[in-house]
Amino acid sequence: MSPDHAHSHHPEPIAPVEARVAALETVLAENGLLDRTALDEIVAHFEDDLSPLNGAKVVAHAWVDPDYRARLLDDGTPAIAELGFGGPEGDHMVVVENTSTVHNLVVCTLCSCYPWPILGLPPRWYKAPAYRSRAVREPRALLREMGTAVPESVEIRVWDSSAEVRYLVLPRRPAGTEELTETALAGLVTRDSMIGVERL
Amino acid sequence: MHDLGGLAGFGPVEIEADEPIFHEDWERRVFRINTAAMTAGLIGGGRFRHSIERMAPDHYLSSSYYEHWLTGLATLLVERGVASRDDLEARAGGRFPLSGPDRGSAPGVSGGDPTEPRFAVGHQVRVREWHAPGHTRAPRYVQGKRGVVTRHDGAFSVPDIEAHSDAKHLEPTYSVQFASRELWGEGGSPGETVQVDLWESYLEDSQ
Repeated sequence: MSPDHAHSHHPEPIAPVEARVAALETVLAENGLLDRTALDEIVAHFEDDLSPLNGAKVVAHAWVDPDYRARLLDDGTPAIAELGFGGPEGDHMVVVENTSTVHNLVVCTLCSCYPWPILGLPPRWYKAPAYRSRAVREPRALLREMGTAVPESVEIRVWDSSAEVRYLVLPRRPAGTEELTETALAGLVTRDSMIGVERL
Repeated sequence: MHDLGGLAGFGPVEIEADEPIFHEDWERRVFRINTAAMTAGLIGGGRFRHSIERMAPDHYLSSSYYEHWLTGLATLLVERGVASRDDLEARAGGRFPLSGPDRGSAPGVSGGDPTEPRFAVGHQVRVREWHAPGHTRAPRYVQGKRGVVTRHDGAFSVPDIEAHSDAKHLEPTYSVQFASRELWGEGGSPGETVQVDLWESYLEDSQ
């Protein structure tokens, strides 16, 4: 069956996206499948509870606690769960550590896979063709263009999230932060540093 | 049009400062519809992804992420008989573009679910080349390429099967490391590697 083919020369203009969304909503509602109150609670959870602040707490804790860092790198999912984070798109976490010789970068070339529980929903650029096409082909040039110079002596390792694992980059702790508290350290950790498009 | 790794011509990455989670209220409503359809069991991971992959290339590239979701969801609901296209268009008051037909079929499998990995860490493998007309999670840019297994990740449902049937077949998955030069030849760069996560049946022995 080809729903699109039969209409390929349809003279009508495309309905505005809001009208298409409303059409789908009414169909689901008439089928008893749109419990707006319950669903709004789920959506609010994504908006209010899932954000890069969660990932920043994981990173800062790994910076101050060597045993935690070891557990995090050995098996990311339970270590992240120790801080209370987990759920869909975070059930199989692998944490990759930046070092003096390796810089890690995360992408999903096929769609938009992203670790929701610790970074929230992904930004537009992460889902857009420019980033997805270029990250695996010319990562060093792409990062330079995005304002992040990675020295030639540092290997760039790109992680294409093509199966069930979702990745978190563990950035290097910035120099001169020995006196900072864990909370203050978390404040230094950006979303982009945990994707690998920024170095702290 | 979704299999973008290595394609040229998309230009710079455009970063939006202080980006909101949803740019428009309709995006939030699409997220809500998606949650409803997931909860109702109308869509699963492989089928939903493939419903978006089947979008017309010009529509895929010219529409935003949540319009992809909207189009895929509407396509699946029409294909499952929950709504007709005419009905959706009458309600929307205009044309409602849907994704193209599903041309894929689930690959056959024999035996049970293998859960013990066939390839050890350090094993050299080659990604099979089959250029499936349907859903797969083997990106085109690694098909035919050689890499080294660096990690075992346990057994998961093969997307190629679950996207085109109601069956689920578990297989070990691996992270495989590819040198940039292996993937891009003269255009590759030393000091760059790409790790791709792949199901066991995507791989063959290349020792």
